[in-house]
Amino acid sequence: MTTFRTDHPARVEGNTVTATEQGTEAHASGKAAAPEELVAAGTAPLVRRRRRGGRWLNVAAPLAVLAALIGLWYAITYLVLSERRRFLMPPPQDVITEGFGDPVAMEKIGVALGNTVQVTFTGLAIAIVIGMLWAIVMSQAKVAERSLFPYAVALQCIPILALVPLIAFWFGYGFPARVIVCVLIALFPIVSNTLFGLQSVERGQHELFDLHGASRFTRLVKLQFPAAMPAIFAGFRISAGLSVVGAIVGDVFFKQGEAGLGIVLDNFRNRIQGPELFATIIVAAGLGIAVFLLFGCLGKLAVGRWYDAGRDAA
Amino acid sequence: MSAPVTSRPTTATDTRVLHFRDVAKTFPDGTVALEGVDLDISRGEFVTVVGPSGCGKSTLLRIASDLSPATSGQVQVDAQRIGYVFQDATLLPWRSVLKNVQLLGELHGMGKPSLNQASRDAIDLVGLTGHEKKLPRELSGGMRMRASLARSLTLDPDLFLFDEPFGALDEITRERLNDELLSMFRTKRFGALFITHSVSEAVYMSTRVLVMSGRPGHIVASFDVPFGTDRTPDLRFTPEFAALAGEVSHALREGHR
Repeated sequence: MTTFRTDHPARVEGNTVTATEQGTEAHASGKAAAPEELVAAGTAPLVRRRRRGGRWLNVAAPLAVLAALIGLWYAITYLVLSERRRFLMPPPQDVITEGFGDPVAMEKIGVALGNTVQVTFTGLAIAIVIGMLWAIVMSQAKVAERSLFPYAVALQCIPILALVPLIAFWFGYGFPARVIVCVLIALFPIVSNTLFGLQSVERGQHELFDLHGASRFTRLVKLQFPAAMPAIFAGFRISAGLSVVGAIVGDVFFKQGEAGLGIVLDNFRNRIQGPELFATIIVAAGLGIAVFLLFGCLGKLAVGRWYDAGRDAA
Repeated sequence: MSAPVTSRPTTATDTRVLHFRDVAKTFPDGTVALEGVDLDISRGEFVTVVGPSGCGKSTLLRIASDLSPATSGQVQVDAQRIGYVFQDATLLPWRSVLKNVQLLGELHGMGKPSLNQASRDAIDLVGLTGHEKKLPRELSGGMRMRASLARSLTLDPDLFLFDEPFGALDEITRERLNDELLSMFRTKRFGALFITHSVSEAVYMSTRVLVMSGRPGHIVASFDVPFGTDRTPDLRFTPEFAALAGEVSHALREGHR
């Protein structure tokens, strides 16, 4: 849950404290700590206190929405659908007992989940390597950026489903073809975020490196790359989610080879196994969320110490 | 590196670190930023340039440091190492104070042991001992500027360029840092070119004050500051200080007409 808070940072800077619950208290102590040494000492605890206040809201509010959605689900199942059509949306308890409670279905889902995870992470890893190299090349010369960036955009604009038949035509239906779908779908956010990050270095910092005769490589390693890390991790997080989508899309289309979640979903749909279908959907959604959170946490570990989204870092 | 510690070696050419003769700068868009600038700085001289915003003061520093070359005239820099202190502290936010201070030594390929020693000394000199592990975001504006000073000090520069380094600080912090910088100057005897738009800061810090006027930027007046090297904050309230500050202000107004 910590991941989401980076989007709503507590703005505590000197005496401008926009806290809500503990607003008055924080404001008072923020003002009292005006002399320079004191501000530095006083800032950290203030931030921590504000965060603890936000955590409750961050957990409770989404849970309330979840409860409302489940309520809506029940309403549709029992009030909107007639008994004959109830298989279209089986009630949550049936999804649990007949879907998650069915060992045969769960084994299928488990194996499929394993395959999909493999495809997702292989594709993502390749997309990360290619995407970052692509961005680094573009960051080194204006002419490289001008000539290569349009193709990154083009890649983003081509509907991926239009390419899937071609990929099948060339690479067959196996693991490599699925990975290629993932790479294509996950590449753009990594390219654009890495490039944006590498180019976001402040002019003054570049001049500092100019003054002391830093080489291109030194500048890349000691300045541009660290400065780009927050943006790069934001890209990873988006691409991780997309890579899950890619793995399932490839699966649904190819319908052959080792079954991933996509094939299992398709099978349950064909056999009108509502509860099992819903269980698979929930597992797929869980995978997407888990990957998103994983990369959020990795990002926080890598840059959270010095970087807060939305807050002036230096 | 061992320069003679004379108080005002204005004519000694062997300790001269910066020499401008008839320097001009025209930007590609045709704006004339500087015209006919003559300037000499030796070790042990603290030269301050005051002038209104946009008169080309910073351009002087950019030419001296070769960040942007002069269009015409003669520029000679006889410094082994140049320290450049920017208006912003320009610390790298992901590096701790210690790592930030070590950055320039890394860029210059300084050996580990000497770099460690130099950074400890510099951090000690600017009074940041005990804060080495902190990140820039955990520091106040004044402390960031101290870290920035320490970073340049590791190179032991013979020419120091200051681009309104204390402009963004509150008055109390600024005056404290003025005194600390003065005491560094007393021990290190580098040559300094300091840009500011505060007349009081200029007179307090300098051995010589130059007044600049804009469009195109040129030097309209030069004042030798007679106060010795041991200056205390009380100096600001003496009649001599007020008289000199008055003269500088007058020249500034005259030149700006």
